[in-house]
Amino acid sequence: MDRFDLGYMDTLSSGNSPLHRLDAGAKVIATFAFIIAVVSFDRYAVSALTPFFLYPVALCALGNVPLVFILRKVAAVLPFAVLIGIFNPFIDTGIMFQAGPLAVSGGWVSFISILMRFALTVSAALLLVAVTGFYSVCASLEKFGVPRVFVVQLLFVYRYLFVLADESQKMSRARLARSFTSSPPGLKVFAPLVGQLLLRTLDRAERVYRAMACRGFDGTIYPAKKVVSGYAGVIFAAGWIILFVVFRFYNIPLLAGSALTGVFR
Amino acid sequence: MHMADALISPAVGGTLWAVSAGLIAYSCKKVSKQAEDRKVPLMGVLGAFIFAAQMLNFTIPATGSSGHLGGGMILSILLGPYAAFLVMASVLTIQALFFADGGLLALGCNIFNLGFLTCFVAYPLVYRPIAGNSNTKWRIALGAVLAGIAGLQLGAFSVVLQTLFSGISELPFGTFIMLMQPIHLGIGIVEGAVTSAVVLFVLGARPEIIETVNMKKTLLGLMLAAVIAGGVLSWFASTHPDGLEWSMFKVAGKEKLESRHGVHESLSSLQEKTAILPDYGFKKAGQPQEKPAKQEKQPRWPAVDAGTSVSGLIGGGLTLTLAGFIGWILSKRRRA
Repeated sequence: MDRFDLGYMDTLSSGNSPLHRLDAGAKVIATFAFIIAVVSFDRYAVSALTPFFLYPVALCALGNVPLVFILRKVAAVLPFAVLIGIFNPFIDTGIMFQAGPLAVSGGWVSFISILMRFALTVSAALLLVAVTGFYSVCASLEKFGVPRVFVVQLLFVYRYLFVLADESQKMSRARLARSFTSSPPGLKVFAPLVGQLLLRTLDRAERVYRAMACRGFDGTIYPAKKVVSGYAGVIFAAGWIILFVVFRFYNIPLLAGSALTGVFR
Repeated sequence: MHMADALISPAVGGTLWAVSAGLIAYSCKKVSKQAEDRKVPLMGVLGAFIFAAQMLNFTIPATGSSGHLGGGMILSILLGPYAAFLVMASVLTIQALFFADGGLLALGCNIFNLGFLTCFVAYPLVYRPIAGNSNTKWRIALGAVLAGIAGLQLGAFSVVLQTLFSGISELPFGTFIMLMQPIHLGIGIVEGAVTSAVVLFVLGARPEIIETVNMKKTLLGLMLAAVIAGGVLSWFASTHPDGLEWSMFKVAGKEKLESRHGVHESLSSLQEKTAILPDYGFKKAGQPQEKPAKQEKQPRWPAVDAGTSVSGLIGGGLTLTLAGFIGWILSKRRRA
């Protein structure tokens, strides 16, 4: 199952580039600033959005993340954006500008804008985890004041995701091996299957709890890796935020484009 | 029906972030007050269970397509609303970070739509009254199906509202509603059927699991109050700025006062872009009023100037190439 290639994200996040070693909080802040800047544009913004591609591209390059992997992930979730956005060209048919013989309607412009926002925000979120690692993200969340109960919850879910994903795939394979068709089961088979998985899950939770109680668990998880914040993180976050503000208020591609076309006029 | 970052405005995203963050903090307090550290690993493992269960597909009767479990209702039945809400929120967070379902800014919307509406509205107001405290099979089944429908209808409606208030998609209210509600009626029925089938299976195999989590009446009353308060508050949160703009429209005869140059202009354009209703309703649809002066000359589109558009296209292409080039250089240097 392609969708669940969590293991690969985990492998990526355990890399050892300067970007990986950077304070997780700085990367969280920069990513949030990025997303807010991107979505704050009005619906017809296209050229003004292009400078923002610098951020995911730079993270990819600095963090040794294969661009193809991110593109594949973005493509996998694209259908939803297309589904919602595709109505724009049909509803908003006013002509926005003329490119030679091609009249481009406002709807197509806003549709492209939606797709660009989508690619930008999705890749930024994925890259945050790919160059930081989930544990470090959670640790920084706690530093930002997210309740500990919730942070512990996130860590637990993540930890057992791998275990239970294996479990459910095992069950699914066992069913497949005993049936004549590869199509998904009907409700009659599905309900006991999930029910069984649930029972196994609950048993596992009990075992986990006992094992943790034996080792003195008191409701908190202590991370092994301490998060160190330094100047590098501050510079990273501040630098990107300044850049985003500039990109947000000055349409640099437009300025550059008109400067260029001005030369030839 | 995950909401995506690409479709929401910062104002909508921010408001629902605040609402969801408040709900998470409140639920955390409630859960830790129950002081059952046994529940901590249980919640965590159940969150992972939701993912694992979503990997199992089933054939939807009479359609041939396949679906999977949403999970909010099963969690509520097993854990009670507070813990279930936290589990849903954690599941959605991980989905946003790892699978790019929804997005980080839209996370607040998603937690509200799929978590709050299921755990704090559909569960206590629909499932509990019908299912009651006795483990009657048909009541559990009926409750789960109706609550599944209610949860997904509310969620779908909420998605429609959030999309409209954001003003990124052009879909008119009526059309969008007609698209979303019937689809989610089907999904809700299926979700409810699956939920009840699984709950009944567990009830048959290990009845004590379902029994132990039945709530006391007082808790139910408290929760109702919380739900009503939350609902009313969230209404205020979403309608107040709208009302503000409306009253401004009434008072000044226009949506906002004339802006001048420099800082004020960029500030007001920022405000315009972050407005809850960027151009829904008062202005004719699809008129970003960026340059009021130009507006008079070209009533429909402010940026009709072909030169501007071409410059935009060229500049945009250049920028993309440049971004790619910088990335290439950076990765070269890292490898060297």
